[in-house]
Amino acid sequence: MSTAVLKSEWTKIRTVASTVWSLVSALVATVGISAALCWAIGATFDDLPQEQQATFDPTVMSFAGMTFGQLGMIVFGVLVVTSEYSSGMIRTSLAAVPRRGTLLLSKLAVATALALVVGLLTSFLSFFLGQAILGEHSIGIGEPNILRAVVGAGLYMALIALFSMGFATILRSAVLSLGILMPFFLMISNILSAFETTRKVSQWFPDQAGSKIMQTVPGTVETPYGPWTGLGIMVVWVLAAVLGGYLVLRKRDA
Amino acid sequence: MIEAVGLTKRFGAKTAVDQLSFQVRPGHVTGFLGPNGSGKSTTMRMILGLDRPTSGHVTINGRPFRELPNAQRHVGALLDAKAVHGGRRARTHLLALAQLSGIPEKRVDEVLGVVGLQDVARQRTKAFSLGMGQRLGIAAALLGDPQVLLFDEPVNGLDPEGILWVRNLMRQLAAEGRTVFVSSHLMSEMALTADHLIVIGRGRLLADMGVQEFIAHNSAGFARVRVADSDRLGAQALGEALVKAGGQVLKEPDGALRVTGLTLPHVSDLAHEAGVRLWELSPHRASLEEAYMRLTQSAVEYTSTEDPRAELFEPEPLTVPAWEDEGAHQVSGPTAAAFYAPPPPGAAGAQPFLMPSRPGDLAGTATDPEDPR
Repeated sequence: MSTAVLKSEWTKIRTVASTVWSLVSALVATVGISAALCWAIGATFDDLPQEQQATFDPTVMSFAGMTFGQLGMIVFGVLVVTSEYSSGMIRTSLAAVPRRGTLLLSKLAVATALALVVGLLTSFLSFFLGQAILGEHSIGIGEPNILRAVVGAGLYMALIALFSMGFATILRSAVLSLGILMPFFLMISNILSAFETTRKVSQWFPDQAGSKIMQTVPGTVETPYGPWTGLGIMVVWVLAAVLGGYLVLRKRDA
Repeated sequence: MIEAVGLTKRFGAKTAVDQLSFQVRPGHVTGFLGPNGSGKSTTMRMILGLDRPTSGHVTINGRPFRELPNAQRHVGALLDAKAVHGGRRARTHLLALAQLSGIPEKRVDEVLGVVGLQDVARQRTKAFSLGMGQRLGIAAALLGDPQVLLFDEPVNGLDPEGILWVRNLMRQLAAEGRTVFVSSHLMSEMALTADHLIVIGRGRLLADMGVQEFIAHNSAGFARVRVADSDRLGAQALGEALVKAGGQVLKEPDGALRVTGLTLPHVSDLAHEAGVRLWELSPHRASLEEAYMRLTQSAVEYTSTEDPRAELFEPEPLTVPAWEDEGAHQVSGPTAAAFYAPPPPGAAGAQPFLMPSRPGDLAGTATDPEDPR
């Protein structure tokens, strides 16, 4: 990684429209849908069964829209990488900088940093707006574990973006990458987690493990790992995807 | 200086580039010619380290491209005019590339001026025409003020003014002592731009020589002789005399004779001896384009099949004259191949033709067949 290449990657990333709209959609979807769900649950809180009231986690509730918001992060991560391939820009770039590892790592560093900033902005906005709407059922940022959960939510979004970048570097195709990642994170992972038997497997998925960081009230679902270990599991997934992408980029003809 | 040694690239069972060895020297425009699919782009991509050679190697100034420090300052390349993100503006595209090697922003505006895109610098490149794309690609290649430049089909999509501009730019870059390597499938364009030619077909080297040498070796001529229409017998007599003197004769649709292997004065003498009145005796030369087509004919990757519509009419073919033994002069035989046969790369030129290669020679001045002119 060198400052020159980092600077170049920053120029690339800020000068295409897809960066702005994918990140904005991640933020708006997360904050908007979370707020709507907070309002819905706040209005019907008293009708909830006793058990659900007892385990109600206002922090998690204020991040409820992230299931959809993370799709914006996935799109961002995939497009940052695949637009280089679909346009052929990768050949122009590599003809200028033959050190492929440098090029890839700089790109991922810049894009992830940007995703982290947007992710943190999203998580804080989503949290405060959600808590404001929840009113009497809300919780303050100063309470134990709450700050960890909010910062964790921002990290989670950045990691999802980075995972998508690594994944897309392996596949090199936007259609293919999005076609696998979107249904996986939106549906498959969640559906599998809804059943006791399949949860034993799906709890190790990157999103399921990583989202543990946002939980502040011990829920009905037991996991064999804590919040930071969960995020650690997600990091392992991310590193594997990035390493795979790096190896493919280094090995294959561009 | 670009140097390829035994460069080979296989894609599965298909060999795109086969044992290619050549040098591209500084101070010259070196044309890289070949039909579509002959391996030009693959070779260029291997030079730039985008594709790994299956075997062999290629170096720029003695080092593989991937090991060049600050490559952009040494090598500039235009591979594909469309290899830009269409959503990015021309100037920011160049800026991102410039920043890769720490090239100052001022240089971006300079090269935009050089290629004449300063007025559209802030437009998104997806609105660019192919010609504008080529100019943008050339600007990117010039960014680092490199000593070695590679251009893959730079004149594609350019208007005549643009083609002239590219031609002058290439020549100017070479005159400054740079190494300029330009691929094209247009022989006529390369004849005007390049000093040196590397011709490949089906991934193999077909010729590696100076343009003048190439012209001398590969453009053969013929004489067209037309006997007065009223003199049917004379035409036959002349034909027989020409064959006897060692010429090869083909009859053209209008009754004229196409003679190879004899000088014009000799043809005239024979006509005089036979007492035949001539209406025409003219020198003809195969164009360079034609010579190139002959050279690469067997190496063309994508040949079209004949349109069956052609059966609807019979074109009058060149026919073997009546007085010729049918089998004696098989036009498609080895003789025909020898008309335009290229010498092996690097071999000293032997001219298989008796026809002079320059119109000036026809005046009867002696030609030295060993002289590549």
